[in-house]
Amino acid sequence: MWQQLYAELKDNNFMVIAVAEESRGAEHARQWIEAAKSDYWQLIDAEHRLEDLYNLVNVPQAIWIDEQGRIARPPENAGSTDHFRRMDLKTRTMSPEDQAARLAAREAYLQAVRDWVRTGKHALPADAARVNLPKVTPDIAEARARFRLGVWLRAHDRAAEGDRQMAEASKLHPDSWSLWRQAADLDQVGKASGPEFWARVQALGDKAYYPPPKL
Amino acid sequence: MTKVLTPTAEHDVAARDGLWMSPKDAETATGWTLKPEGMCRADACVPLPASALKPNEVDVAAFWTKLGGPVIASDQKDVWALGAPADERNAALDGLEAPDFTLPDLDGKPRSLSQLRGKKVFLATWASW
Repeated sequence: MWQQLYAELKDNNFMVIAVAEESRGAEHARQWIEAAKSDYWQLIDAEHRLEDLYNLVNVPQAIWIDEQGRIARPPENAGSTDHFRRMDLKTRTMSPEDQAARLAAREAYLQAVRDWVRTGKHALPADAARVNLPKVTPDIAEARARFRLGVWLRAHDRAAEGDRQMAEASKLHPDSWSLWRQAADLDQVGKASGPEFWARVQALGDKAYYPPPKL
Repeated sequence: MTKVLTPTAEHDVAARDGLWMSPKDAETATGWTLKPEGMCRADACVPLPASALKPNEVDVAAFWTKLGGPVIASDQKDVWALGAPADERNAALDGLEAPDFTLPDLDGKPRSLSQLRGKKVFLATWASW
């Protein structure tokens, strides 16, 4: 997904780390990673550790980190849009206008990354970066622990109990699409994009699935 | 044996009555060391109530709760998840230092964010679901 960007910018002291939030582990992610033919780091995060550390809620989200290891931009949706919500579910296609708008939004995001790498533009000063960092609440902290336990239980033949813990995790952290969709995928590959997913997306109403980054 | 799942690892310890275990196992499982002042890690110490201590035993569930972290047990009480306290996560992020992590690539080779100090890093998540 980021290979072209990386190829353009790697000589500018730049690196991409793509992290698979994949409770099923490396083998489940392998085909996409190999197809990407990327030169940057492709890492496997079976415990959703990155989501825990950075308080993430969906994929793809990106964090921009500067040369001193500081957060230049806190977690943001990485160039995706909500146009998919208007997709024709029968034909699985978007209108040409939506497709074009979606592409334009992605290109604008990639351009922002290029500008940042080349000139430092779009890096947020400390106060602005902090304001945009969502807080981890005690409920979110509990959700993480329940999710962790749930995944373990499922992987060790205690699916019903595991699912119960993961469902509780989603109740405690309803904003997290990752917790919900990973749990659904563990139940059945593909379920995370099935009818329950679409119902949950519809229930958002006016709220964004992929909030646009404030660039 | 009791399995303890922490944010960064999993450990098998000999525990009874929940998470009562030896100070040695407590240190292995949590990264905190029992001292006269309480459970300590680097400069920080969390005092423990007398009810959380017995000769050569410490109640890790009580300690972790005192730390402010979630403690979740399986139905059979054989597997426990200790989550990071919300305060710890917020303090780390509020300092705006990107939290370090080590994760394996497809070949199992561990890679750490801190190895890339000196470069701008674009850190992006994805999933097949």
